[in-house]
Amino acid sequence: MTNTTKTTGTDSATEQPLVPLPPAAARPLTLAGSAIALVGTFLAWTWSSEFPGDLTVTGYPGGLQNVTLAVSVLTLLFTLSGYGIKGLRWLTPGGTNSPVRLLALATLGATGFTMGAISVVLGGLVNLDPGAWISGIGSLLAAVGAFALPHDVAGEDTPATSFWGRLRHSLKAPAPRAPQQLPAWAEILTLAGTVALGLAVFAYGVDIEDPELFIGFLIAIGFAFSGFAKAGLLRRLAQLAATHRRVAMLAALVAAICFPFTQTNDQYALIGAQVLIFATVALGLNVVVGLAGLLDLGYVAFLGVGAYSAALVSGTASSALDVEFPFWAAALVGAAASLIFGVIIGAPTLRLRGDYLAIVTLGFGEIFRITVQNLNGNTGPDVTNGSNGITNVPDITVFGFDLGQPHDILGFSLTRSSNYFLLMLLFTIVVVLVFRRSAQSRIGRAWVAIREDETAATAMGINGFRLKLMAFALGACLAGFAGSVQAHLGYSVTPEQYQFAGSVPPNSAFLLAAVILGGMGTIAGPLIGAALLYLIPAKLAFMQDYQLVLFGLALILLMRFRPEGLVADRRKQLEFHETGQTDTPDEILPATATGTTKAGA
Amino acid sequence: MNTMATPTATTTTVLDASGVTMRFGGLTAVRSVDLQVNSGEIVGLIGPNGAGKTTFFNCLTGLYVPTEGKVSYKGTVLPPKPHLVTQAGIARTFQNIRLFANMTVLENVLVGRHTRTKEGLFSALLRGPGFKKAEAASHARAMELLEFIGLAHKADHLSRNLPYGEQRKLEIARALASDPGLLLLDEPTAGMNPQETRAAEELIFAIRDQGIAVLVIEHDMRFIFNLCDRVACLVQGEKLVEGTPDVVQSDERVVAAYLGTPFEGAPGADEAAEVAAAEAHADAQSTTRTDRTEGDTQ
Repeated sequence: MTNTTKTTGTDSATEQPLVPLPPAAARPLTLAGSAIALVGTFLAWTWSSEFPGDLTVTGYPGGLQNVTLAVSVLTLLFTLSGYGIKGLRWLTPGGTNSPVRLLALATLGATGFTMGAISVVLGGLVNLDPGAWISGIGSLLAAVGAFALPHDVAGEDTPATSFWGRLRHSLKAPAPRAPQQLPAWAEILTLAGTVALGLAVFAYGVDIEDPELFIGFLIAIGFAFSGFAKAGLLRRLAQLAATHRRVAMLAALVAAICFPFTQTNDQYALIGAQVLIFATVALGLNVVVGLAGLLDLGYVAFLGVGAYSAALVSGTASSALDVEFPFWAAALVGAAASLIFGVIIGAPTLRLRGDYLAIVTLGFGEIFRITVQNLNGNTGPDVTNGSNGITNVPDITVFGFDLGQPHDILGFSLTRSSNYFLLMLLFTIVVVLVFRRSAQSRIGRAWVAIREDETAATAMGINGFRLKLMAFALGACLAGFAGSVQAHLGYSVTPEQYQFAGSVPPNSAFLLAAVILGGMGTIAGPLIGAALLYLIPAKLAFMQDYQLVLFGLALILLMRFRPEGLVADRRKQLEFHETGQTDTPDEILPATATGTTKAGA
Repeated sequence: MNTMATPTATTTTVLDASGVTMRFGGLTAVRSVDLQVNSGEIVGLIGPNGAGKTTFFNCLTGLYVPTEGKVSYKGTVLPPKPHLVTQAGIARTFQNIRLFANMTVLENVLVGRHTRTKEGLFSALLRGPGFKKAEAASHARAMELLEFIGLAHKADHLSRNLPYGEQRKLEIARALASDPGLLLLDEPTAGMNPQETRAAEELIFAIRDQGIAVLVIEHDMRFIFNLCDRVACLVQGEKLVEGTPDVVQSDERVVAAYLGTPFEGAPGADEAAEVAAAEAHADAQSTTRTDRTEGDTQ
């Protein structure tokens, strides 16, 4: 970690780059390539506006051209940063050339994918206009040039000989150098700017209608993000967020509040609200799985208990109970019912450990669904209407403010889904606070201790069973809380929504995947994981049949290359990536961060 | 045989185990062992591999429920639950280090504070002044303990990244964090070089000077006879002899037990092997100090 000596010049490069080119030619070639790709996006790529996004206009890029445009500009900037140009040096505190390589790949990927998609959709390469060829050739040149750039880290004693090994080595980057001290306001501005940018990218992604565009968007985002990571920007950002924790959280909050205002279409705001429900429940599961280490495969049942409870007291005609609670009371009823259900399930099962617990919770999750199905008046008492579910759940009214109606605020029209998004955001904030505060306390430490070594934890005076039950019940309670909103948002509550695995998230398998994909024990992890796991299937509806296969593949790849999840807390990072110098943490944790988690990037 | 040091007027009995018997099915791993530890005392527990020392420890700390007999701490009978035993004031370390590997050094010690703090979930969620005060006090106490064992400068390291000797020390600090009246150390110097062993000796004396009684299992005879006020020797689940180091050292039955000469009334070798298997700890140990040093520290 202390090895920050960089080999940006050709003199100290001990190993041949992947593409053998004269060192002096590599950077200009990359530069020229990305510039050509950039220019190409302003030309027409195809003749017909049948291809989604309308790529036929010269002088005004649209759809996938925008994606190529964005990444080629980034490639250009990062390549220039390699020249040591004054205003751009801050872009690459870590690796200099490996981010260029990844960004060039992003450009090539986005452009290449677009060309392929045009050929497939419109039937043949003949449909490509010169603009596409120019961008394609430009991005190819940029990629070739980028891989001719020298390595960022010196070669090992035994340089890899295989192509794959050399590729991986060429993408390695040193740890970022110590950042230049900026005034606090500049750091805060940087943070705010980044968060705003993140919101813009997210809103752009949510608004995408065409699967082609979304795939291109994903390719570009994926490569660009790993490029930023190699450049040390993500790390720098995480440091900033850690120093200005409150500001970072506030900025994220403001960005989230702004999201519905960026949406004109109710459908996309609905996606936002559903992502939030999914993310909130995943964060609740993170208490159980990430902190206490209890593998719960039936977690969605708690969401169901909350939703059913709220629906039963909502005053709908199809409810067996003829009562109408105000929403705050319904939410409390949902949370309390889930809490009780959690204790009832937890008390007998938490005596089991590991795999046995997972199997039993899986069973209880299914028991909930089947029980609810059978309480239909036919095979049991009539409580839940069986598989028809409780329908026509009325909209929530908070302080005379009907969430079901569109409202105009500051000239923006907030649709029904936007209203629910904002309400759900409030719930998410509560859950984030609960997670943070419980994690960074005596209770949270005891949970982590149980996860690490239960026998040692009990020998240290921790009542293992009690604390595990507490984690289980807290997680259940948070899920029930979210469930009470879900019942109103979706108009109806049916047993089919609460399966172990299904094509629509939140279900137990996807919840667990969101936690693991995002990063166990972190706050940002499950939120990001849930957003990805909701958006990708929702946007790529044409892949419905292959969804679970792709999903499995993605998880396998992730476990192979980034076992700690997308957002790793410092502990996990050390756990999975031994650097040989793990004895020396490069940053001292602030005194407040001795809990179990950090807010992450 | 019963040459137990008579407690003077100022000392009180901290630990009183009487007739502790532990059977695993038909095997008797520990057979009616009596042991007393007085305040301000360091007591050693020795015995060949598979003699039942760790089983006896586990009976004391509630990890095992003894088949017969009772264990009392400062006059009150201990419930057979590990966390209640710790709460009562007995803390322990483990023969094979069981730190919370992926928690930092400081967090490990803070976990040890668990029984001495009582801020619950609601207090953590509301973050009142009481919570902050208790957290600050826990931090201060934990740092003090890290200072005491000399690891304060590594408070932010993951405990898994500490060198072996420091992990052993940290385990002791974690145990001390529960403010125990009696500390049980299960082979605290296993795998240490002579220098580290001497440092450990100093550390244990310093702990004793804080008024904490210590019961220690060890194979290093020089270490144990230097350290202890009283030594008990356990052979095949039974207490063979107890007394001052001199007495135990010169007892020929102890020598015989260690060197393998059959002594009067010895159980058969088969039975000894069965007991050893039941203990399930035999594999981790080797009989001589030198072997251990070579084996464990590269």
